[in-house]
Amino acid sequence: MLTYILKRLFYAIPTLLILIVFSFVLMHSAPGGPFSSDRPLPPEVLANLEAKYHLTDPLWKQIGRYVYDVVFHFDFGPSFQYKDRTVNEIIAQGFPVTLTYGAISFAVAVIAGCALGMTAALNKNSVWDYLAVGISIGAQVLPNFVMAPILVLIFTLWLGWLPGGGWNGGQWQYLIMPVIALSTSFMASIARIMRSSLLEVMHSNFIRTARAKGIPARTILFRHALKPAMLPVISYLGPTFVVMITGSVVIDLYFTTGGIGQAFVNSALNRDYAVMMGITILIGTLTIFFNLLVDILYAWIDPKIKL
Amino acid sequence: MKTPAILSMTTALTLCATVAMSANHPVTNELLSDEQVFTYRIGDEFASIDPQMSEDVDGGAIVRDIFEGLMNQDAEGNLVPGVATHFDANEDKTVYTFYLRDDAKWSDGTPVTAGDFEYSWKRFVDPATASPYSWFAEEMGLVNVSAIIAGDMEASELGVTALDDHTLEVRLETSMGHFPLMTTSEPTFPSPRWVVEEFGSSWTKPENIVSNGAYVLSEHVPQEKTVRVRNAMYWNNDATIIDRVEALVISDENAALTRYLAGELDRTEVPTGQFNSLSKQHPEEAISFPRSCAYYYFINMTDSAHPALLDQRVREALYLTINREVITNAILQGGEFEAYTFTPEAISNFVPPENPAAEMTQAERIERARALMAEAGYGPDNPIELDLLYNTSETHRKIAIAVSQMWKQALGVEIVLQNMEWKTFLEARSNQEFDIGRAGWCGPYNMASSFLDLMSSTHVYNDAGYANDEVDALLDAAKTTDDPSESFTRIEQVLAQDVPILPIYHYAGVYMMDESLQNWPVGNVEQKWYSRELYFTAE
Repeated sequence: MLTYILKRLFYAIPTLLILIVFSFVLMHSAPGGPFSSDRPLPPEVLANLEAKYHLTDPLWKQIGRYVYDVVFHFDFGPSFQYKDRTVNEIIAQGFPVTLTYGAISFAVAVIAGCALGMTAALNKNSVWDYLAVGISIGAQVLPNFVMAPILVLIFTLWLGWLPGGGWNGGQWQYLIMPVIALSTSFMASIARIMRSSLLEVMHSNFIRTARAKGIPARTILFRHALKPAMLPVISYLGPTFVVMITGSVVIDLYFTTGGIGQAFVNSALNRDYAVMMGITILIGTLTIFFNLLVDILYAWIDPKIKL
Repeated sequence: MKTPAILSMTTALTLCATVAMSANHPVTNELLSDEQVFTYRIGDEFASIDPQMSEDVDGGAIVRDIFEGLMNQDAEGNLVPGVATHFDANEDKTVYTFYLRDDAKWSDGTPVTAGDFEYSWKRFVDPATASPYSWFAEEMGLVNVSAIIAGDMEASELGVTALDDHTLEVRLETSMGHFPLMTTSEPTFPSPRWVVEEFGSSWTKPENIVSNGAYVLSEHVPQEKTVRVRNAMYWNNDATIIDRVEALVISDENAALTRYLAGELDRTEVPTGQFNSLSKQHPEEAISFPRSCAYYYFINMTDSAHPALLDQRVREALYLTINREVITNAILQGGEFEAYTFTPEAISNFVPPENPAAEMTQAERIERARALMAEAGYGPDNPIELDLLYNTSETHRKIAIAVSQMWKQALGVEIVLQNMEWKTFLEARSNQEFDIGRAGWCGPYNMASSFLDLMSSTHVYNDAGYANDEVDALLDAAKTTDDPSESFTRIEQVLAQDVPILPIYHYAGVYMMDESLQNWPVGNVEQKWYSRELYFTAE
């Protein structure tokens, strides 16, 4: 087990390096640059800027310098767009915000999604099933960019209960609408996966055997059925968690939470190479880490899987 | 038993304070609101509030509040004293001397001196600073500026010298009558040397910053909000009424409008096409006023363009066929102005030339355009197909569709719409990979030359390859004349003949603004506003 984990962590290094090189090349091949603007800069001004950010060096040298600074100084460089701030500062400010509303949304989505899925599976073809499936389909077809304005219309404009946006250090009033808007569609997916997987497990032979032995329904569900039924859900949750805590552009844009999702998209539009790289590495690292975590969880839940 | 006594005393004091706060405006005598907090929307996080680095409109407004330059603008855009009380110039307007007030202080109590300006201007052009706005220093024409930016000379050679603590001498390479106007631009504002040197690029953080304006930066949460509060050290702090200003970053203008309607904002922009309905529902709050900005299409006149575009008659036909009324009244609906000249009429001292096209009816324009096309040899049997390049935006798309339909119906010109993401668009434009391209321009100062300079054959913005010797000569001459308005009128006349660009409309500032917020400078076409001039009346 331990050697497996170490091996996986070791593989993460070349993976990240490839990610860096690949993103670096892709980024620089996009038309335009960080300093192209509506009012084109005179060549001498542009030359000064490019020299300051080492853009005149050959690409391999830029990548080398970048990797060196990241590895040895944990310095992701200065932002090209926001002249007063570094990438470290931008991530340190935006990531906790996204992590907060992302993790809460994740918890809400998992709890509500599993509850809905289980209700539907255990009461198959009953009113409860239809209701749960109905809710999850409704939540699925309402994308968050539709959900967000509707929530603001109801809770801010009509009822006046909640502020229409902002973060304010993460006070609960500011969290409610982003969490609802972000979690609903994930909740719906979890509910659907949970329902079908639990249905399948409930029809399998070992559950039938357990029933025949007269084990109470509750024990069957929580002791025997739930664990295997969770497997497909868990493989969905790993990447989903990364997606949720690295932010949603729609949520950041619409609720001006100041999270990292918006910073990522802005950096791409502004060709802010440094910010773009920094957030790419963050997402890459988290993805690798949580994939590993899912694999370990798998082995723990399913004794058939050996690491 | 002491507590109640203390409590009642506190209550009494609070009451006194509250009563004392309800004051009347010193000039207009209007009853002022107790709460003087101005909250407004900005569309994007500003790039920097370091005066010498500042380059965007929203950052500029914050810089104007927390710093103060030599001169300011009043509500009409006229020059009024800032840190300098007055200035004089030598006869040929190549040397300006600014006289600084002796009561101006930085927020840490240090006096503001001419040396602070000398330091900041040199910092502005220093290649080590690498300011993206340093081209503006070249427009200011300071002695040696180009050589310094190019790295051929030390920044210390710049034509600016503090003669003493309160006298600043500025030397220019050529005579320039409108130079003092440029000192209202943010990059010319002073930076505190001792703070910049201590904290480097993080000197503008709220915990480090020292500034000399009516406000100081108290809080900055990137992508969320920026808060500024009164600066007790400001020389004219007694005249400031607004206590606190909050700029909230809200990218989506519809989200911003909802939050305005919910009472969270005092000012926001009106999304395209919604002005009419909003002004019916909220007549006191929806406002529209002229801005010094132009929306236009420019025509590629280099070798890479469609050959038909090199024919003046074709360009004039395209110019005539655009029905500007449809665009301003049916698409934009925000009180924008139909444009037949590049320079907006709102620009001071600008007299538009007589333009027959502007007087004709649309039917007459189309008739004339068809005749021109036939003369040039193009028509239904020899149609033209052109690319129209614009950057991604709902408004640009609507206008491009409308204009291409007008051209197609009237002239049979086929248009291929090319929608590009902003930076890709800029690249395509500078590589001349287009036939007709969209552009917008806001003059950096209130003079026609801030627009017409773009038509000079050497201007960096001249991607379309337009060159006319007469225009170049007139522009050069205008720099040194006292009243160049005739030259500007003549240039517009030449432009109307040559048609290198197709002006479409001139912008309007279209806002929703709280009706108790007073003194917004709607007459300032550059929209240089200062929070210290605003106030809220009691409702």
